Amino acid sequence: MKKSYQSLEDNSTNNMKHVIYRNLTSKILHLGFILLLTFSTTLLAQEDPEKGKSLFNTNCASCHRLDKKSTGPALRNIEARLADEQGLDRDWIYAWVRNSPAVIKSGDAYANKIYNEYGQTAMTPFPQLSDDDISNILAYTAAPLPPLPEDPCIANPGGPGCDQSKPKEGSNTLILAALALLFALLALALILVKRTLKRFAEAKDIAIEETPKGTSIWKAFVQNQFLVLVTAIFFLLASGYFVYGYLMQVGVDQGYEPVQPIHFSHRIHAGDNGVDCKYCHSSARVSKTSGIPSLNVCMNCHKSISEVAPETLAEGETYGVDYNLEIQKLYKAAGWDDTEQEYTGDASPVKWIRIHNLPDFAYFNHSQHVTVGGIECQTCHGPVEEMEIMRQDAPLTMGWCINCHRETNVKVKDNPYYTKIHEQLSKKYGVEQLTAAQMGGLECGKCHY
Amino acid sequence: MHINMKTFKLTVVFVMLLSIVSCNKKSRRNYQYMPNMYQSVGYETYQGSDAFKNGVEAQLPVEGTLPRGYSLYEIEDTNEGYELAKATLTSPIDSTAIDYNTGKALYDIYCGICHGNKGDGKGKLVQREKILGVPSYDDAGRAITTGSIYHVIQYGKNTMGSYANQLSEDERWQVVAYVEKLKADLEK
Repeated sequence: MKKSYQSLEDNSTNNMKHVIYRNLTSKILHLGFILLLTFSTTLLAQEDPEKGKSLFNTNCASCHRLDKKSTGPALRNIEARLADEQGLDRDWIYAWVRNSPAVIKSGDAYANKIYNEYGQTAMTPFPQLSDDDISNILAYTAAPLPPLPEDPCIANPGGPGCDQSKPKEGSNTLILAALALLFALLALALILVKRTLKRFAEAKDIAIEETPKGTSIWKAFVQNQFLVLVTAIFFLLASGYFVYGYLMQVGVDQGYEPVQPIHFSHRIHAGDNGVDCKYCHSSARVSKTSGIPSLNVCMNCHKSISEVAPETLAEGETYGVDYNLEIQKLYKAAGWDDTEQEYTGDASPVKWIRIHNLPDFAYFNHSQHVTVGGIECQTCHGPVEEMEIMRQDAPLTMGWCINCHRETNVKVKDNPYYTKIHEQLSKKYGVEQLTAAQMGGLECGKCHY
Repeated sequence: MHINMKTFKLTVVFVMLLSIVSCNKKSRRNYQYMPNMYQSVGYETYQGSDAFKNGVEAQLPVEGTLPRGYSLYEIEDTNEGYELAKATLTSPIDSTAIDYNTGKALYDIYCGICHGNKGDGKGKLVQREKILGVPSYDDAGRAITTGSIYHVIQYGKNTMGSYANQLSEDERWQVVAYVEKLKADLEK
């Protein structure tokens, strides 16, 4: 320790300034102290963990987490740990936060140890944080570890959130069971009533008239040739209808919903979090295929999101999915070691199952529709942002393509590519708005070649 | 009896047809008329392939080569590289080639979700507390420059990943220009 101070004194003026600075802050602190005491009764009220939390989240959380190593070390109880293990006081923390490169340069032993341990990346200086700000942040990091979230329904069965999900399902089945029982009782009652009535009739010797049996309905039917003919025609037409229906849906995969190797919820990503489709499917802008994101795109966010929020986890239970396990699957595939925060290099490709697949004889280009045409992804793929499990929404048949080409007006406004052709064609057809079909969207060779 | 048989047969046919139609399971692909016209002989994008060691058709360019239309980014992904880029790297596109509309469209897709559409570090994921600690572009401690913005888009930094595979070189520079505009707006 002494040695490091020695070197500190030997060092350049930069460090001298640093020391002066330190004394200065402590003087200011003392002044602040007196001022504080005059205005407030308790000093502790000044260290506000709530304020600290928001400061932590805006400034520190990009590199530090409370209980887990990130780009920088975990920060839970950092002040106490530094004091116990390294003998470093709050002044050291102030200096480090405001200008860590200077502390490292000063030859401070612990600062250099940390610097080397974390890949020689110096912490970004935060000169804008005041002593109070840093104290608040430290108060936040000193907050005790929150107890494991217990099921609130055990402690407080009538509490909010407890009469949702599971109990609701239970009550539904209960109602159904009650209804079934009611119907069974009714049926039983009717049978019993009928039986007693019969007994009464027998006891009073009343003969129940039996309806005379005429020619059976089948025989009457056979004898009526017109009816036979109509029925035959009906059945032929009906079977023709169903056979046609069956043959027409061969090769159509509408509603195809395979089980993917990693449960990826478009509902959460594109819906709740509002991530643009083109964030992950970036090549839809510029190429034929829309692109299945490589795992580094997933890791852009999931490097920091290793667990989902408790609400999201609860939502997952209704779908029978543990989202945290799915994130672990991603880490395994990407070869990411979450505790050490580094790639192990042991990656394996995820074998996603392709859903939308046009036959080989049809050509479709995403960029042509997405970038040039400006068509929303949902036009063809349906409400993906609501789908928990991805499925094929459209039939992707030729008739479906053609229909859209006939009905969709081409967006020519602000698109210099179309200016000339639009002028010529709108004159030719005598219309103001051109459909894709009028621009040649029905030519065979556009899609089949 | 005779008619009974007929209706019976018809019902059987009817039920069979219905069962065929309804057996169309959601997790399985449908039948195809002529699979050899449906399925490509050539490799399709991302298809598995025995021809390569890692079992997929999509391959990275051979080490030391560049795909056509790409150019070499020589600065390394190290702390020194970052400082070098920050100090020296400048944009190859001149002011007339900068298209803020393109830049904004791309920025809103790829960056705005965390950095916020104004660049203040309050994107939707930050507001929903999914990702925390995204700095504002006018952050004094970071003092980003043209070169550092491009370098970070290229390689990523800390928890931010690389966006080199989502944005082409030209698009990256357009985004850099737009980020600088946002930074200037924030500093006003």
